Amino acid sequence: MTEPRIVVCVKVVPKPEEVRVDPQTRLLERANARAEINPPDMNALEMALTLKDRLSGTVEILSMGPPYFEPVLRVGLGMGADHIHLLSDRAFGGADTLATTYTLAHGIERLRSVDIVLCGEESSDGATGQVPQGLAEWLNWPQLTLVTELEIDMERHVARGQRSIKGGYEILEVPLPCVVSVKTASNEPRFMDFRLKAQAASPGRMKVWDAAALKTDVNHTGLAGSPTRVSGLASAASRERKRERLTGTSEEIIKALIEVIRNSVM
Amino acid sequence: MVDSLIHPHEAKPEIWVYLEHEGGNLQTVSLEILGKGRQLADEMGWPLCGLLLGEHVVHLAAQVFEHGADRAWVVEHPLLGSFTIDAYAAATFQTVMKGKPSVLLFGATPDGRDLAARLAVRLRTGLNADCTDLRIKRESGVLVSEVSGFGGGVLALIEMPDHRPQMATVRPGVFPVPGSMPGSQGETISVRVDLSPQMIKTRIIERHTSSTIDLTRVPVLVAGGRGVGPDFTDLEQLAHLLGGDVGATRPPVDAGYIERERQVGQTGVGCSPELAICCGISGAFHFVVGIEKAETVIAINSDPEAPIFDYADYCVVGDIHKVLPDLVQALQAARELTHD
Ligand SMILES: Cc1cc2nc3c(=O)[nH]c(=O)nc-3n(C[C@H](O)[C@H](O)[C@H](O)COP(=O)(O)OP(=O)(O)OC[C@H]3O[C@@H](n4cnc5c(N)ncnc54)[C@H](O)[C@@H]3O)c2cc1C
Ligand SMILES: Cc1cc2nc3c(=O)[nH]c(=O)nc-3n(C[C@H](O)[C@H](O)[C@H](O)COP(=O)(O)OP(=O)(O)OC[C@H]3O[C@@H](n4cnc5c(N)ncnc54)[C@H](O)[C@@H]3O)c2cc1C
Repeated sequence: MTEPRIVVCVKVVPKPEEVRVDPQTRLLERANARAEINPPDMNALEMALTLKDRLSGTVEILSMGPPYFEPVLRVGLGMGADHIHLLSDRAFGGADTLATTYTLAHGIERLRSVDIVLCGEESSDGATGQVPQGLAEWLNWPQLTLVTELEIDMERHVARGQRSIKGGYEILEVPLPCVVSVKTASNEPRFMDFRLKAQAASPGRMKVWDAAALKTDVNHTGLAGSPTRVSGLASAASRERKRERLTGTSEEIIKALIEVIRNSVM
Repeated sequence: MVDSLIHPHEAKPEIWVYLEHEGGNLQTVSLEILGKGRQLADEMGWPLCGLLLGEHVVHLAAQVFEHGADRAWVVEHPLLGSFTIDAYAAATFQTVMKGKPSVLLFGATPDGRDLAARLAVRLRTGLNADCTDLRIKRESGVLVSEVSGFGGGVLALIEMPDHRPQMATVRPGVFPVPGSMPGSQGETISVRVDLSPQMIKTRIIERHTSSTIDLTRVPVLVAGGRGVGPDFTDLEQLAHLLGGDVGATRPPVDAGYIERERQVGQTGVGCSPELAICCGISGAFHFVVGIEKAETVIAINSDPEAPIFDYADYCVVGDIHKVLPDLVQALQAARELTHD
């Protein structure tokens, strides 16, 4: 029986709690935020590594982004992934999801003979949650989204997963190769294994692909390949709350609370 | 630039809404988007169209007209009996290529999101995710979608001037449900699509839907966070007394203390209750976006510095395990009094 070749799409994002909004300009300040692996992608990575634990095979990380992603992505090697492919070129910058999925799909096509691609549910910055499906479409592969559990059967060459739907779940089976999105928090990602430290740092474990190597069309990547434009940033008209402290003895506080409840709903 | 399959000049000045339905009724999120679509259509003088897919769905057209649509595009096929991305993407694609709408809107549900995301790539157009508001520029007919940026406070406005259809998804609860106008009439357009069993790659092994939890429309939300601990009984009692329901932040959901359908916030549901009572919740942005639309917010937290107090109208510094039982008891006593 052949062993699966698994690719995990990983995005590197600024830590959300370190992204500040300038109170004056209302613009995002992310320059000082530290980078991390998009937390939902840790769930995808964990699911891939669990499959590898069971079935052997390989787990490769695929990421589109600037060179500074490298040290962050190497955390994945420390968890047990075998290799990193970083798609990095100035031409890829400013991509919306159409251009992002085009570029990632080219990466997967260049790798050849991939059995399954795992993605996170959504990123913690753009958070569109539409990259996995778009990727599947470019590849013309079936998809399994929002899965909490996943099995692959290399003999029948199928994947079976439990997909979250409104008010419940469904169990779906699709032929391989396919694209999967993993429901956030559906597993507990493992820590880095210190025994894999040397492997994680090894230069040979990472390959950078530029536009020439990927043979991407400049009209399809980055800003040029993106139909959407950010036409403005508005400051959220965040609702002003009263912020009134209810104080006094506990009886007085309860009385005040009941008064508030009466006025708002009863 | 990549051209969309539908050129802006050939797109029809029409707004289409993809309609989800279950058990013979349109889903609330679909009605909400029809309501917003009606408003946009009136502003532009464009028709509003509903897109209905299924095995036998033509009878749902009446509901579509009652909720403001001028036309219903109806696609019936035996292979559309249950949702598979393969059949639904193919059928929607074929219908959109026939009708060539300028604007195409979806609910950001698991199925709606999957369909929109695949279709946008097939059509080589853009897709604005989880819009919090929509408007159309009068002169150009360009859709401007408002999406909220991470970190909070910032809203990004996104447009796609040169691609059609202009696609967007909207999460449940963002727009109000429009009033229905019984007896409203409209035009039904039946579409034939070309589907074959070989196109369906997805095999549905089983499907379970039981939960009817829907917090998007509760009048009173009693939300609990990590500070509540594993036991939500006090919150349930309070919610019951006030005719509301219980929600939660992500940690209690991840810990398995409460159902995932009850998660409020960026990756949960957005609620618009008259009253939200936040218990033992710190007030992370990811959570707070889910209660932005609450009329009144009460926060109870033992930490006087908790950020949630910046997002609340009435703030109580105190132990939830003391305040809640006292409040429940006092409410019960008050109720007995009024019943006497
Ligand atoms: C506030 C904000 C709003 C935006 N709104 C839109 C919008 O409405 N429409 C639009 O087209 N674009 C939008 N974008 C741009 C969008 O974020 C980028 O296209 C981005 O490259 C990919 O989308 P995502 O982060 O939303 O991914 P998601 O679809 O949320 O990510 C799902 C999964 O896809 C994989 N993935 C995503 N990006 C990469 C990557 N670079 N490398 C490897 N794997 C990856 C990961 O596994 C991830 O978990 C927005 C960006 C911001 C900051
Ligand atoms: C991509 C992403 C998406 C997310 N989406 C969501 C989402 O949709 N919804 C969501 O909620 N979170 C979401 N989160 C998580 C979010 O960032 C916060 O971690 C979470 O909201 C914190 O929950 P909490 O307030 O219950 O817990 P904590 O932050 O731990 O706060 C607990 C609070 O309880 C108080 N407390 C403790 N004991 C008591 C007591 N006895 N009485 C009174 N008060 C007490 C403490 O003072 C504290 O303020 C998301 C995170 C990420 C990265």
